[in-house]
Amino acid sequence: MLRYLGHRLLQILVLLFVFITLTYFILQAMPGDFTSIYASNPQMTPEMIANLQARFGLNESVWVQYVRFLRNIVTGDLGVSFSEYPRPVWDIIKERLPRTFVLFFSANIISFYIGFWLGKWSAWYKGRAADKVLVTGSISLITAFYPLVAFMALWVFSYHLGWLPLNNFVDPILWSNAPLSSMQVFGYIIYAAVVTTALLILVSLLLRKKGVAGAKSRWIPPIVLGLALLSAVALFQRSGLLIYVFDILYHLLLPLFVLTFIRIGSSLLLTRDAVLAVTQEDYVLAARARGLAPAVIRNRYLARNAIHPVVTSLALSLGESFSGGVVTETLFSWPGIGLTLLRASLGGDYPLAVGAFIITGIFLLLGHVAADIATACLDPRLRDSIGR
Amino acid sequence: MNRGRITRKSTKKLHRTSASPMREVWQHIRASKTALFGIGIILLFGFCALIHPLLMHTVWHPRLYDPVTGYDSFSSWYALGIYDAVHPAPPSWYWTPQFLSSWRTGQISLGECLAHIARHPLGTDPIGRDILSQLMYSTRAEFILGLLTAIITVSIGTIVGTAAAYYAGWVDTFFMRLADLLMLFPGIPFLIVLSAMMDLNLVNLAIVLGILSGFGSITIIIKAQALAVKSHAYVEAARLAGGSRLWVVRKHLIPHVLPLSFLYMLFTVTAAIGTEATLSFFGLLNVGCSWGLMIHTMSASGYLASSIRYWWLWLPAGLAITLFCAAFYLIGRSLEQVVHSQRQEG
Repeated sequence: MLRYLGHRLLQILVLLFVFITLTYFILQAMPGDFTSIYASNPQMTPEMIANLQARFGLNESVWVQYVRFLRNIVTGDLGVSFSEYPRPVWDIIKERLPRTFVLFFSANIISFYIGFWLGKWSAWYKGRAADKVLVTGSISLITAFYPLVAFMALWVFSYHLGWLPLNNFVDPILWSNAPLSSMQVFGYIIYAAVVTTALLILVSLLLRKKGVAGAKSRWIPPIVLGLALLSAVALFQRSGLLIYVFDILYHLLLPLFVLTFIRIGSSLLLTRDAVLAVTQEDYVLAARARGLAPAVIRNRYLARNAIHPVVTSLALSLGESFSGGVVTETLFSWPGIGLTLLRASLGGDYPLAVGAFIITGIFLLLGHVAADIATACLDPRLRDSIGR
Repeated sequence: MNRGRITRKSTKKLHRTSASPMREVWQHIRASKTALFGIGIILLFGFCALIHPLLMHTVWHPRLYDPVTGYDSFSSWYALGIYDAVHPAPPSWYWTPQFLSSWRTGQISLGECLAHIARHPLGTDPIGRDILSQLMYSTRAEFILGLLTAIITVSIGTIVGTAAAYYAGWVDTFFMRLADLLMLFPGIPFLIVLSAMMDLNLVNLAIVLGILSGFGSITIIIKAQALAVKSHAYVEAARLAGGSRLWVVRKHLIPHVLPLSFLYMLFTVTAAIGTEATLSFFGLLNVGCSWGLMIHTMSASGYLASSIRYWWLWLPAGLAITLFCAAFYLIGRSLEQVVHSQRQEG
């Protein structure tokens, strides 16, 4: 297994190199360089432009520039943003990446959880009215024009009902005399979430290892979750950050809800198809013939064996969320990587646009690695056939 | 089947179904209600695309109805006492009572009255262009984009996939690694960055999308299918009988991967239209008129907050995108099962 993963990792590294190379040469193929912005500026003499080109090394050969580009990326130097002038690109990306990550990570996990659960039932009741409603609903979710759905949600919840904030990451008036920056508070929220999740996983692993069975053990994870959340709230309250934490979560709610809702459709259909494919297997027939309870067949035999494509798709969509995030982030003015990319592209801030694009690509590749690891962990049989 | 007696008709039918996998796909389409529903929607849109130039040449004056440069000043309505028609104007049948009363007083004839009612069946946009005309005009662009992308994607995917399966070796390795890379390529961000640096029109967009998806996942899927076909004895028999490589690829491999190609062609159309709508929704494409651009015009002119009142600005375009994507998706989904069962048979 380790050898397989190492092999895949090496392949991904090669792909990353090719990706960066491809990006560079596609950008290079565009006519002109960034100094052509000044071509129509009467105050810029040709000498000044030539001087500028020399300073950025634009007058050297393509290969020299390419090597410099590669070296800069490897050393993490993505240049300086034009629109926020003295700020390095990497600094901007570092600030916005966690926001994108939190939004899409939670939306993906929740939507796959719900979609898997609904898909299981939909396949179980195949052909009945409930199944038809679920399938029709998810097809409409898949084909609906997403920006429009997001608009309608914004209009209903934020404008008409006024329950949720219209856009943005935080409320600027509230934050004007905050003790910490929003980035720091957001960091604390992420710490709290990570610690809670780790605790939950640890507890459920311990429970499984000890073999504590029965109705009692069922209540332990929710109690742990509740305790962890309560202690997090108490900690934030003591440090006086609670109101700021709630403000961020309050702004997170609507994009999270819309994103989760729209993604349920595809995970539902995926699970349903996977479960239906498993239904044909002989071991399911054998389980039925043995007279096992329907719930056992559904949960242990069908759903568990159908989980494989769903988890692969989840891992892939986690990586993809960095690229598909442009629409969501723009509509909800959620200042993440996607919005940064769009604004930078529209505003001619090429270093930032290219930097954000390369980071997006790296995360897609990481998502691919995660999908591979998940595949190998879940189904050892597949390890060999993947080798292609 | 006449109790198993082999009639001439039945052998013909048998021969036909086994001869062409595509024919089987077509038969399935005719039997499936969802697929027929999808085809109905596509035909409806096709009708819209065809009739638009006809309307522009006959009843719709270009100065009023041109989807990009048209403008209606509503001056002919002032004589009827309608002064509240301002852009974005609601559908003209909102004023039906006024038109009818003008007809009753003999101010206008019945034909004129009906013409006034049907003047802007879906209203006008913030700069005075007719929504229905824009909607119908855009249909043609969407068809061109969707089909062009699908054809490029599927021709590349089919040719490269079968070639990789049949010739194996370095051809296979090269194209599979390329497919790996392009599958991971962040499409929409790439197009956004690209649109910042060059003029993206529909044809450019179709070519970029076609190349990105054609060398990507579709190649892998089609190669897998072609490999399954290649392992059959009749392919070897054809080779032994003296058929050239090209002959085998053309006569045996391609016809058997064609249903799969067709299936992915349908899904490609959905994806392409969705991408185009998203990009032009952000105003990044250089298109005269498209459904996404219509919604962009609305949000750029500041009508978002009162979107329910100005429903005609976004609802027709949004519904058109959703329906058009859904039509191809529904056909694809209803075909998926029959194609995959063919795949298992090989």
